Amino acid sequence: MISSEHMTINIGPQHPSTHGGLHVEAVLDGEKIIDTIVHVGYVHRGMEKIAESKTYAQFIPYSSRFDYLASNLPNLGYVQAVEKLMGIKVPERAEYIRVILAELSRIASHQLFIGSLCIDLGATTAMMYCFRDRERIMDMFEMTSGQRLITAYMRIGGVAEDLPEEFYPAVRSFLKDLPAMLKEYDGLIFGNEILQARLKGVGKLSAEDAIAYGVSGSNLRASGVNYDIRKIEPYGIYDRFDFEVPLGQNGDCWDRLMVRVEEIVQSARIIEQALEAMPEGEIKAKVPRVLKAEKGAEVYHRIESSKGELGYYIVSDGTDKPYRMHVRAPSFINLAVLPIISKGGLLQDIIANIATLDPVLGESDR
Amino acid sequence: MALEQDVEILEKNNILVSTLEKLWNWGRSYSFWPLNYGCGCCPIELLAASASRFDIARYGYEVFRAAPRQADLLLVAGPVSQKMKPILERVWAQMPEPKWVLAMGNCATSGGPFKDGYAVLPGCDTLFKVDVYVPGCPPRPEALFHGLLELKKKVGGKK
Amino acid sequence: MSEINYLAEILKDLNQHMEGQIQISENQPYTCIKTDEKNLIKLLKRLKQKHGFNYLANLTAVDYQDHFEVVYHIHSVPDNRKIMVKCSISREKAQLPSAVSLWPAADWQEREIYDLMGIKFTGHPNLVRILLPEDFTGHPLRKDYQIKG
Repeated sequence: MISSEHMTINIGPQHPSTHGGLHVEAVLDGEKIIDTIVHVGYVHRGMEKIAESKTYAQFIPYSSRFDYLASNLPNLGYVQAVEKLMGIKVPERAEYIRVILAELSRIASHQLFIGSLCIDLGATTAMMYCFRDRERIMDMFEMTSGQRLITAYMRIGGVAEDLPEEFYPAVRSFLKDLPAMLKEYDGLIFGNEILQARLKGVGKLSAEDAIAYGVSGSNLRASGVNYDIRKIEPYGIYDRFDFEVPLGQNGDCWDRLMVRVEEIVQSARIIEQALEAMPEGEIKAKVPRVLKAEKGAEVYHRIESSKGELGYYIVSDGTDKPYRMHVRAPSFINLAVLPIISKGGLLQDIIANIATLDPVLGESDR
Repeated sequence: MALEQDVEILEKNNILVSTLEKLWNWGRSYSFWPLNYGCGCCPIELLAASASRFDIARYGYEVFRAAPRQADLLLVAGPVSQKMKPILERVWAQMPEPKWVLAMGNCATSGGPFKDGYAVLPGCDTLFKVDVYVPGCPPRPEALFHGLLELKKKVGGKK
Repeated sequence: MSEINYLAEILKDLNQHMEGQIQISENQPYTCIKTDEKNLIKLLKRLKQKHGFNYLANLTAVDYQDHFEVVYHIHSVPDNRKIMVKCSISREKAQLPSAVSLWPAADWQEREIYDLMGIKFTGHPNLVRILLPEDFTGHPLRKDYQIKG
């Protein structure tokens, strides 16, 4: 007699996707997903243990390597957490420079998100367009910190150097060209019927599930929850800027894509306002040579990273090295929701779900 | 390298290797088929290298294959973590001969900034022999191309 | 600040409900409630069910050499009330009840603590290593696990 049984196939950890070493075991009935089991840890580098043997300033380059797609954002979160721990006040000009670079990182990350989503679904051309535009941001990072990808540009108390002269025309021309870029993506990517069929109605995540599973960032907002840490609990000078928080309605892959596209527009708004209002002045506060915090002092500082709520929990023991540093990685926690949203879907939907959850495995595994 | 030693041994025994091997190697060096493998920050620069600005296709290396059976160049981009070690060994074993390894980035070369930790192997050359090392954290796409051209020289036989 | 207003009510209710089995220290921005292993789930349940703390932002552990301390940062979404809960456990026992039934977000975070710190969570549906391979020995984030750096 004919009988059928469930088949388990492995997706990854070596696979043609840009998300790094993610391993998903899919239990299938034909093409329908019964269950997915997510395995992470293939990019585990032991950063939290290394942090205990480095001084606060020595850890700055490591912090950029958490979320390497938008490396100014984890960098910003780390230096702000240490400044909160030690009570260091940052000069105004440095705050504005930080906001500009952080929002440029967010735009770069979302552009790569669109490109990698398309390449995962098979549309290679879109990746070329997104990367071409992302290269302009990489050039701006190279102007400021000397590095394209892993910019360890922030310092405890400010930033490493002032913005060079050639930065301003570069960022202004990028902002001027951004609407045209988005229009190009609209015509090439978002209007494509195949993409819409593969993303609309797929991978629905309800608001209750999202909150219960600790999902944060654009994924949470795509499910309709109005929660952006830059608005709810502004850090740095984010309370001075006027921007909107885009929300989705259905919590499906399409909403997760569209929320991020709209966030690019809002980030551009913030950068324009920051460029207008940036004062002259110092770019780094006077900090002691050896940075120490009180024994027993601790801080949990969170920022709205491009992936979600990125939190740093630092405990000090009075020495110049942190006693314990824990990074609340949004990608790690967002990935836990993959089995919920994939259940009942088709095999191809797992790829769309992973891509729209936008995990960065370096941050997830630390 | 293994190929040159084989040729030497054959020549010693009065067997001249025909120029077909040289022709094949010349052809292979112009079109490596890299494997889609990457774990960490370096594959992002690899991706940028295959995008339109830096364009790996002008060297002939744009045919990334997802299956190890169809690839001949293993670009180890990123650190080799404890969990990834058996996977990388298996992927390497699945690749058919002739095959080459390019270690991209400091983590693949020597463990990089994570060398002092518990989680990262001190270089992928602990698992297999590496042909070209490209340092950098991450190496620029141009540095990667330099590495690929060095590999091309090594394989194609030019000095 | 409105934070202090909502907190005063919550702390009053908790003191009553927990019958003095908690210690409160009011530090901005996170008020900290310390409790022991026996009363942990009762406290967390009250926070979630009565006071609407529906979002487990962060769950981690610190090795203080003579004891472990497990730290919960809990928020309410979307109105952003927040609170911190700490629970100390002895190094020998290294065990706590799991909070997965209250917040599914605790699932992977508890697995990570088990993997790297060696603290077991009773009642967890799948307590296996998550970041390191299954056959790895030792718990690296413990202070007695030495690395070269």
